[in-house]
Amino acid sequence: MSSAPLRSADAATASTVLVVPAMHCAGCMAKVERALTAVCGVTSARVNLTARQVRVDHDAGLAQPQLIEALSLAGFASQPRGDDLAAPPSAVKPLLAPLAVAGFACMNVMLLSVSIWSGAEGPTKELFHYLSAAIGVPAILYSGRPFFTSAWGALKRRTTNMDVPISIGVSLATGLSLYETMNHGQDAWFDGTLMLLLFLLAGRALDAMMRDRARAGVDGLLRQAAAGAMVVGREGTVQWLGAADLVPGMVMRVAAGERLAADGEVISGASRFDQSLLTGESKPIALTAGDPALAGTLNLEAPVDVKVTATGTGTALAEIARLMEASGQVRSAYVRIADRASRLYAPAVHSLAALTFVGWMAAGAGIHQSLVYAIAVLIITCPCALGLAVPVAQVVACSALLKRGVMVKDGAALERLAAVDRALLDKTGTLTLGRPLPDPLVLEALPRHCAEVALGLASHSRHPISRGLAEALMARGVLAATLSDVSETPGLGVRALWQGRAVSLRRPDAASGIATTLDVAGEPTWLIPFADRLRPDAVAALADLRKLGIEASILSGDNRAAVDEVARELGLAAQAGLTPQEKQAAIAALQAQGHKVLMAGDGLNDGPALAAANASIAPGSASDVGRQAADLVFLGDGLAVIPAAVRSARRTMAVVKQNFALAIGYNLLAVPLAMAGLITPLLAAAAMSTSSLIVIANSLRLARAAR
Amino acid sequence: MNGLAILIPVALGLGALGLAAFFWSLRRGQFDDLDGAAARILIDDDEDRPA
Repeated sequence: MSSAPLRSADAATASTVLVVPAMHCAGCMAKVERALTAVCGVTSARVNLTARQVRVDHDAGLAQPQLIEALSLAGFASQPRGDDLAAPPSAVKPLLAPLAVAGFACMNVMLLSVSIWSGAEGPTKELFHYLSAAIGVPAILYSGRPFFTSAWGALKRRTTNMDVPISIGVSLATGLSLYETMNHGQDAWFDGTLMLLLFLLAGRALDAMMRDRARAGVDGLLRQAAAGAMVVGREGTVQWLGAADLVPGMVMRVAAGERLAADGEVISGASRFDQSLLTGESKPIALTAGDPALAGTLNLEAPVDVKVTATGTGTALAEIARLMEASGQVRSAYVRIADRASRLYAPAVHSLAALTFVGWMAAGAGIHQSLVYAIAVLIITCPCALGLAVPVAQVVACSALLKRGVMVKDGAALERLAAVDRALLDKTGTLTLGRPLPDPLVLEALPRHCAEVALGLASHSRHPISRGLAEALMARGVLAATLSDVSETPGLGVRALWQGRAVSLRRPDAASGIATTLDVAGEPTWLIPFADRLRPDAVAALADLRKLGIEASILSGDNRAAVDEVARELGLAAQAGLTPQEKQAAIAALQAQGHKVLMAGDGLNDGPALAAANASIAPGSASDVGRQAADLVFLGDGLAVIPAAVRSARRTMAVVKQNFALAIGYNLLAVPLAMAGLITPLLAAAAMSTSSLIVIANSLRLARAAR
Repeated sequence: MNGLAILIPVALGLGALGLAAFFWSLRRGQFDDLDGAAARILIDDDEDRPA
């Protein structure tokens, strides 16, 4: 599948996959599907809600823009899916088939085992053993493969992980059961082995499901950002090209409100640019013909033509990407708690089994009997509950967090977040909303009819300032006035007639910072200043962080004065004017003092710092780079989710540790019995399922943790 | 004892049938969009008529 319409066998039809990030419920699905099927020429439209995509089958003559237009009329922004952004392979899918096979085999073998336990004797018992082997062995080989390959990989690197003791236990138990079956033995352990695989696969599938779900959300956001530009051809034609297809020398026409897709030089027009994503600097800079413009900056005012000077690896963006690649060591060096536990656990279990074997040999039980007891120890200690202890707790916590609008990329992120004791926050876009908002005092003072006119004018423009104004006015419950003869002059403003009077929303004659002027003929002129404001609950969220024992400070690339103002308001220490390298160095210095650092940031300039910190969080409004580098992404305007996420990560770790204690407590009871040779397959099966159920029940308590 | 000769193959056959059905649905993509499948049941097909 690709973004270009696919020709199917029937040349008259094609299909297109569109990404619609805003879909999130049944109502959205219905609206999207109806809007698309209503378009003439569309044969069918099918939404995939998990991937936030819709697949449209249509006549080959129908162009993509028509579909996108139809969707935007229905209120959904959409984009053709790019090839490089094709959905990442699902981690759950390869586990589903082994899980199903293990479940099927486990149930059938258990059925046979129950009849053996309830007293089947002689040839019946033997027949049942053979049947169990016939079902069990192929099923174990098939559904055990994820563990065998991972254990083999670890052994080849001369390390161990959870899968090594599992694989050894499973293969020994299978071999012994097969031997017993063929030699008319007393017990076969196919049921226990399959149950073990079933539980472990369930844990593994849950872990993968959590990662898939968070990725789908983050990818949905990533696909939203258009990377590309309208390129002006030699004959004046204008064509949309993806960022990858831009080459130096091309001329990009950048409308107000668009981000530059490549570094370049302004050749005509003049406008002000917001570089906050790139440098953290909040004050827009004015550029005219001849000035260099950087990729990732936002054009605020008027359309300009920019000649591309560098693309891809040549841009300032690429330099940041290079820095980020070099800074992931802290995270790649992190060992997940389950693997840390198994590093202690595996040698202990294996020496216990060896001890059992040696002990029974010394007691004169014979090789066969001693081996049976040793393998019973291996089976009973197989980390069944341990395998569930971590994933179940993390899945439950992550779905609770997801309901609050926090997407956790994987379980390891939650573990690292729990250990955090120091927080560094970026200013622009993280502590603040990162978009200019009109001064609420001025909006308050605006007479009703002026506000209505302002909304009417603002709603006619796609300029970021107009949109910000329209949003703020609508939030106040203002209704738009009916205007006539509306016209927009790029870079100057919108003018119209209202009840026969000339009205306009225009660029102020003289203003420091961002502002807009509202003129209503015959009335005084209103100047509406715009500023980036603190997130509404920033103060409370920071107090909450302090309560958790996490000291916070500001790490910003913005100028001293702007940072100090925010720092004073929030009562935080601040470092200002930092380059991406310096941010990274600040984090490294704290880590060298033994701190575990949480970085919260959104911009491109925060990318390296986000990657270098022990854990990182980015708002959903962040740059692509920020969202990709961060462990957690939160939606909405509130900062309160940061302490909430830390709290729920800590609670998750507490539950994981309880789970470990429960699982190990069970082993303390069962291992002496197994070493004494008292464990039967029936006891093993009962003990295994009970301990797993207890661990799951304990983890489910976390469902309320994020509230 | 004779009953077992019939019952065991029947039990295994039914189980295998379930497994085959699962594999079929997996291959047909029915597990591709679990969230969507859950939400789809809430879509009203007859939205145009008054409720």
